[in-house]
Amino acid sequence: MRRSLPWIAGAALIGLPFLYQSAYPLHIVIIILIWSFAYTSWSMMGRFGLVSLGHGGFMGIGAYVTALAWNHGGLTPWAGIPLALLAGGLLAVLVAYPCFRFRITGHYFALVTLALSGIVLQVITATRDQTGGSLGYTPERYQGGSSLYALQFSGKTTWYLIALAVWAAGIYVWYRVDRSMMRYALEAISEDEDGAAAAGVHVTAEKLKITVLSAMMTALAGALYCQYQMFISPDTVSGISISLQMVFAVVVGGIYVSLGPTVGAAITILLAEVLRISFGTRAVGWDNLVYGVLLVLFIVFLPKGILGSLLDLRRPSRGRPAPSA
Amino acid sequence: MLELRSVCAGYGGFQALFDVSLEVRRGEAVGVIGPNGAGKTTLMRVISGLIRPTTGSIAMEGADLLATPAHRIVGLGIAHVPESRRLFPRMTVEDNLKMGGFLPSARAKYHERLDVVYGLFPRRRERSRQLAGTMSGGEQQMCAIGRALMSDPKLLLLDEPSAGLAPVIVEQLFDLVKRIRAGGLNVLIVEQNVQQVLRVVDRAYLLKAGSIRAAGTAAELLASETIREAYLGV
Amino acid sequence: MGILDIFLLEALINGVLLGGVLALLSLGLNLVFGVIDVVWICYAELIMLGMYGMYFLYSVYHVPIGLAAVVCIVGVGMLGVILHVVVIAPLLGAAPINQLLATGGVLFFLQSAATVLFGIEFRNLGLRLPVLKLSEMFISYSRLLAFGAALIGMVLVYLFLTRTYTGTAIRAIAQDRHIMILMGVDSRRIYVITSALGGGLAGLAACLLVLQYDVHPFVGLSFGPITFLICVLGGLGNFAGGFVAAFVFAELISLGGLYLDLEWGYVFAFVFFIVMMFVRPEGLLARRS
Repeated sequence: MRRSLPWIAGAALIGLPFLYQSAYPLHIVIIILIWSFAYTSWSMMGRFGLVSLGHGGFMGIGAYVTALAWNHGGLTPWAGIPLALLAGGLLAVLVAYPCFRFRITGHYFALVTLALSGIVLQVITATRDQTGGSLGYTPERYQGGSSLYALQFSGKTTWYLIALAVWAAGIYVWYRVDRSMMRYALEAISEDEDGAAAAGVHVTAEKLKITVLSAMMTALAGALYCQYQMFISPDTVSGISISLQMVFAVVVGGIYVSLGPTVGAAITILLAEVLRISFGTRAVGWDNLVYGVLLVLFIVFLPKGILGSLLDLRRPSRGRPAPSA
Repeated sequence: MLELRSVCAGYGGFQALFDVSLEVRRGEAVGVIGPNGAGKTTLMRVISGLIRPTTGSIAMEGADLLATPAHRIVGLGIAHVPESRRLFPRMTVEDNLKMGGFLPSARAKYHERLDVVYGLFPRRRERSRQLAGTMSGGEQQMCAIGRALMSDPKLLLLDEPSAGLAPVIVEQLFDLVKRIRAGGLNVLIVEQNVQQVLRVVDRAYLLKAGSIRAAGTAAELLASETIREAYLGV
Repeated sequence: MGILDIFLLEALINGVLLGGVLALLSLGLNLVFGVIDVVWICYAELIMLGMYGMYFLYSVYHVPIGLAAVVCIVGVGMLGVILHVVVIAPLLGAAPINQLLATGGVLFFLQSAATVLFGIEFRNLGLRLPVLKLSEMFISYSRLLAFGAALIGMVLVYLFLTRTYTGTAIRAIAQDRHIMILMGVDSRRIYVITSALGGGLAGLAACLLVLQYDVHPFVGLSFGPITFLICVLGGLGNFAGGFVAAFVFAELISLGGLYLDLEWGYVFAFVFFIVMMFVRPEGLLARRS
């Protein structure tokens, strides 16, 4: 019975939009899936103590490169997205390589990445002639908004399946890393870099690999978000707030668990929606306010997140320390 | 003046001291000797408040140390010169001494104490602006002792003062301890160098694997077999 | 002097003036990090609150500017203490990254609180200070004032750290916190004092910045990341390094702004930072680990 549970769940997830056609809840689910994918990408680094506060930058790059390539270059997202991934990966290497090579870790690394996301936002704002700056940017609609070539679909169902597939792929990648030698190498590195190096681990290479992977996946999330929403702005896809939101969601959901980031995404997005519905425009700012307070409370009282702590209750022997650098 | 009774202490799950009782009477210099890992440094830390004992009692002139907040213990007249000196490396000698005299009671007597310290280490006065981290081991040890003396203590705790120092310096060091003693200060020294320390103390205890194995006057211990056994494990 | 030279010189001078304020910011951050070993990610947000404080005190309630400044400095100083006592102190034993994240949460909270309380409009102090004309160059008086005040502030802090017992204890605890007990120093008290000092410096910076810039809930994003970069480049906890790095960055921003939009200045600064990490990874004045 346990073996078939994932399959049953999978079938239910896939079948969902066909049974339940209501647009708004489906939209929420799609958003949750896309952000879950982004958060999962972040957690692949975060769980090993490589806490980046700059993933907002990668998401922004993913979104804007795809949109710009389409609008200005006529490049189909099928090519634009790989380009965006490449850009994200390149930036990751550019920033992370000197950090890792010269042992910039912990505080320093977090601050550098924080600055990175801030800078990406600045670049987007500075190039306002091309990107629309703070006002936002819209990819041009092609064939009425429903085209495989332009990767634009008007049907929510199609998007749901795409988002679901990407999300599932993200979880899959998470598992593959979890079961790989890379995981043990990175755990060793996070405990004692010198020791790991002495044991033959290529510290810089391993850290770089996971960073690039994480960055590229996050860029993909950005690109997907862009294609789905058909509107992006610096604040919604990049910047420090997005970076912190990622961390918050993963911390709340549980950083060491594969579904933790997803749980975190569900919680934060639903929370934002509830606030929006209850307060309307007066809700502006309240969601982040709640996030802020919750983040502090969670860090102080529940550093392993909701899912992580629940799992810990079930299996007390698996006690892992809270994220350390 | 200092009394330890049945003190147990350790770090986390690891117990380092088992039921240790000792005392330092007024006017005395007492030594604690023992091999590496015996718990000598832990003993010092428990007295000065850097760590707290799990059981037992410690009293200084009747005052219960366990009931005293750690940072007030130096106010009771106990000054600890830590293992490996622990000077503030990027501060000058002068600033290090100033920190030694941080206590309000010591601040009032700052210049007086400074004279006493420079009296014991005349060359320090010229070098007072030197960064502590750039001094040699022997100079640092002198400075660390000077720093402890700035608080005008009644009891000086010396933790392995000879560690890492050349024999010539060690000689000078213990001569210094004799002079400090002569000035009326009580001393509790923890040392691996048996010969040197038994030269300057009245009584000593032998600490091995966390418990007191022997006690007696310096002369008694020098002559005894127990010490040889403890160190050589024979 | 050719026209371009004048602009260049003006940019250079403005860079120096900006550098003064940035140096003040980095001092506050370095102080807290050096002593308590925590980075206040929300540091810029404290400044933002200070700026709002100045705005309300001076422009809305017409408190004389000098008094407003004092209230602001003391007020943000107290915010620093509250931050430490409520958020940092419970986490002192936790992993450093948790402390970082907690202050990130405070960042969220402060930005959002400001949005909710004050709205997202840009507010200006409304204080028009004269612009001085030196030969052909225009130097704004507010910038000069800011530079002067920053310098005075830093000198005062320097004197405090070197001449007083508490200040010496602050320097000492940054070098070896574990033996402070042996000197009779209560570490927790020192942390609180340092937090107050860090907050106070933020308050001072707020007074100076509000003279030149509008305030809005996200104004912290304009100089927060730069302050972090400055501190990392100078070496976290290294006061001298931060001081030098502040002026370097300020010049980059100023010169970048001369030839291109202001935002590009920040980009240059970041690129410079990345390059410097390759060239001198230990920081400009290598010292603290």
